[in-house]
Amino acid sequence: MGQKIERDYQRFRRIVRGKVKSNLSKYISRGEMIGKKGRDFVSIPLPQIEIPQFRYGQKGSGGVGQGDGDVGQPLSSPQGDGEPKAGDQPGGHILEVELTLEEMAEILGEELALPRIEPKGKKNILTRRDRYTSIRQVGPESLRHFKRTYKRALRRMITAGIYDPFDPRVIPERQDKQYRSWKDTPLPQSVACIIYMMDVSGSMTDEQKEIVRIEAFWIDMWIKAHYEGIETVYIIHDAVAHEVDEHTFYHTRESGGTKISSAYELANKIIDHRYSPQEWNVYAFHFSDGDNWGDDVPHCINLLKDTLLAKLNLFGYGQVESPYGSGEFFDYVHELLGDHPNVVASRIPDREAILGSIKEFLGTGR
Amino acid sequence: MSRFYSTNLPPDLRIIKEEIEAYAREYGLDFYETIFEVVDADDLNEIAAYGGFPTRYPHWSFGMAYEELRKGYDYGLSKIYEMVINNDPCYAYLMRCNHLVDQKLVMAHVYGHCDFFKNNAYFAHTSRKMMDEMANHGSRIRRYVEKYGEDEVEAFLDRCMSIDDLIDIHSTAIKRRGDFSRYDFSDKSEEDEIKTTRFKSKDYMADYINPPSVIKAEEEEARKRMEAVARSFPEQPEKDVLLFLIDHAPLKNWQRDVLSIIRDEAYYFMPQAQTKIMNEGWASYWHSTIMTQKVLQPSEIVDYADHHSGTMAMHGARINPYKLGIELLRNIEQRWNTGRFGPEYENCDDIDARRTWDRKLGLGRKKIFEVRRVHNDITFIDTFLTPEFCEEHKLFSYAFVDQTGQYVIESRTFEQIKKRLLFSLTNFGKPWIYVKDGNFRNRGELLLWHSHNGIDLKLDHARDTLQNLQFVWSRPVHLETILEGKPTLLSFDGNEHTAKPMGETDANRTALAKAR
Repeated sequence: MGQKIERDYQRFRRIVRGKVKSNLSKYISRGEMIGKKGRDFVSIPLPQIEIPQFRYGQKGSGGVGQGDGDVGQPLSSPQGDGEPKAGDQPGGHILEVELTLEEMAEILGEELALPRIEPKGKKNILTRRDRYTSIRQVGPESLRHFKRTYKRALRRMITAGIYDPFDPRVIPERQDKQYRSWKDTPLPQSVACIIYMMDVSGSMTDEQKEIVRIEAFWIDMWIKAHYEGIETVYIIHDAVAHEVDEHTFYHTRESGGTKISSAYELANKIIDHRYSPQEWNVYAFHFSDGDNWGDDVPHCINLLKDTLLAKLNLFGYGQVESPYGSGEFFDYVHELLGDHPNVVASRIPDREAILGSIKEFLGTGR
Repeated sequence: MSRFYSTNLPPDLRIIKEEIEAYAREYGLDFYETIFEVVDADDLNEIAAYGGFPTRYPHWSFGMAYEELRKGYDYGLSKIYEMVINNDPCYAYLMRCNHLVDQKLVMAHVYGHCDFFKNNAYFAHTSRKMMDEMANHGSRIRRYVEKYGEDEVEAFLDRCMSIDDLIDIHSTAIKRRGDFSRYDFSDKSEEDEIKTTRFKSKDYMADYINPPSVIKAEEEEARKRMEAVARSFPEQPEKDVLLFLIDHAPLKNWQRDVLSIIRDEAYYFMPQAQTKIMNEGWASYWHSTIMTQKVLQPSEIVDYADHHSGTMAMHGARINPYKLGIELLRNIEQRWNTGRFGPEYENCDDIDARRTWDRKLGLGRKKIFEVRRVHNDITFIDTFLTPEFCEEHKLFSYAFVDQTGQYVIESRTFEQIKKRLLFSLTNFGKPWIYVKDGNFRNRGELLLWHSHNGIDLKLDHARDTLQNLQFVWSRPVHLETILEGKPTLLSFDGNEHTAKPMGETDANRTALAKAR
């Protein structure tokens, strides 16, 4: 993309997204282009800004067209954009072209003014490996590729007519010689693991799980935008903790007491086994209604302080509001904040609070 | 150009270019030197977003155009075939990845355009060094951006673009004003001006020969006359609203310059909109003639036919200027070849005779060359659209129906089709707006006048445009128009919009309010 148009294009994007204070916001329309992908029609979003001008209104207006049709027959869309044909096809419903996840992460980052994540330590170093997978015309004799050199020499001699089958000696010349050579292969080392923990005790309602789901999705996307490889671990707990798959994570509802420490212990175990902090950027997010078994609290805090926090890039505690829970666990986690920069605690009373909470979680740039 | 494309024609294309250029000249086309540049799709999208010019002033609207072109291309929905600039030399762009037969078609098409640019009367006034001028405009505006800030300059550009169609399209051919400003703002004391008739008289007869009452009445009349003259400013309604604003609005110098840049470019692009049907028709006529008679290899026929028909295809019920133009030109050529014109043919009532009418005149080619020299779209349609043509090409007119909120096929009669078509071309299908008074109510307010011809203005747009005009004029701005059959005065005073029925004044309004 050229530099000049890039500038104008970015300016346009910023106006459309409302990043630039402008009188134009009321003229922005969500246009679309109708495209075809296989058998489906897809809608390609095409925001437009229409600068006002003196124009005729619709009343009394008209024009000239070409084609079949009787007088009095309505036109499908005489001036409308897009393809009128789309309407004729039975059930030809239109899909939206999705934003790519990168685009979405970019918008999220812009909206919330999130700092970019700085992967910690040596884990973000890209190691480069030299691999001998390539061929060059020059090089040391020790790296000469015998087979290729021989073939080229043979070919040259045959085409030149000096190859004698009865005296099959092939003498390579300088131009025939081929040498092995290397290529730089970058091996991405900045990998991350996200551990989601959720309280599924009886007090968590579906609405609260939905909040967790939305929040986890955005967190996931933001972190994914910064690392080459991401692994996700889901842990649910009531009085005992289990590692589960994504679907189960969001759809389980159990009953019974709550022992948060069980989840932290399991997370700790998983990290030790699979995601050594030496190699992984580990993120842990815990969502709960803040109601814990009284005796368990000191155990949880000790677990966090002594073992878990040292291994994590970030520990996020999100507390959803529950009609039943006391919500006192939030205060305990909150106390950790002073000594531990990698702890974030956030309250998410309702859906509106999700955005602010994401900002709290990810605003640390860790 | 700040960046350089590797745009040289590769040798194979250069050979084709020379071949096609020779054919074009052989057919009698006459054009400036034409430079073909070979660019990648992305570069072509960029250039096209800038209206064909590699350097323009910075503005988001080009970015918007670019996004549309790029998405259209990326998703395989649209593709720019040809892009040519009215300049001396003409610049035209070829997309690098196009198939060879496409390149041939585009070249042949481009020579048609170049000939049209050079020879059509409506292009006569355009600058042929626009490439350079556009770049100058760009650097001027860039300088203002540096000096006054991006937001401020951009906001002003937005306002200018909102009114950039308020120009006088015929002013290039008609001298409407003297070379000097007609407006004189110097302070003159009234005594100098008012001279009454005094007859020579002796002192004692003075009051009798020149009675004071008569003199007073005469003075009064003269003052009234003068005021009337002073108030009508401009003398006649001025269609070139932009020029009026440049001359008389209290703008800063940079703003005046920006407005004049917008106006210059509007006048440069105007003839292209004025001759869209003819220009595309002419270029298509020539690409099809040159390709089918000279250039095409047998193996390329299918690809050529595919792309030619793609260009000529109708989308929905919309008129395709390429199609309408080429068919009308061919129709004219055929009519003048066979002599189907003039009173003898017009007055012939015998359908059979008309159908087989052939005087073997062979004047067709000559006629279309004349047409391309003297006509624009309006005169072209007005002169050459025939009932037979409308019927053959299934033209119809459509109209908006209030009750259903839909456009409906209105008629297939020749008169109605022609009327609708001409209406949509007249003043580019935009309302006629004039400056009526630059000192309205004697308070320096601006009065515009919408010459209503049956269709009301789109009200929300009209209001917002008034707002932009008010910013430029800096005093209240009014627009005389007709809304739903009632003469109305739309006003914007900087804070709020009002719409008053005309004929009602502030004075009798308050009287009315008091009476209630």
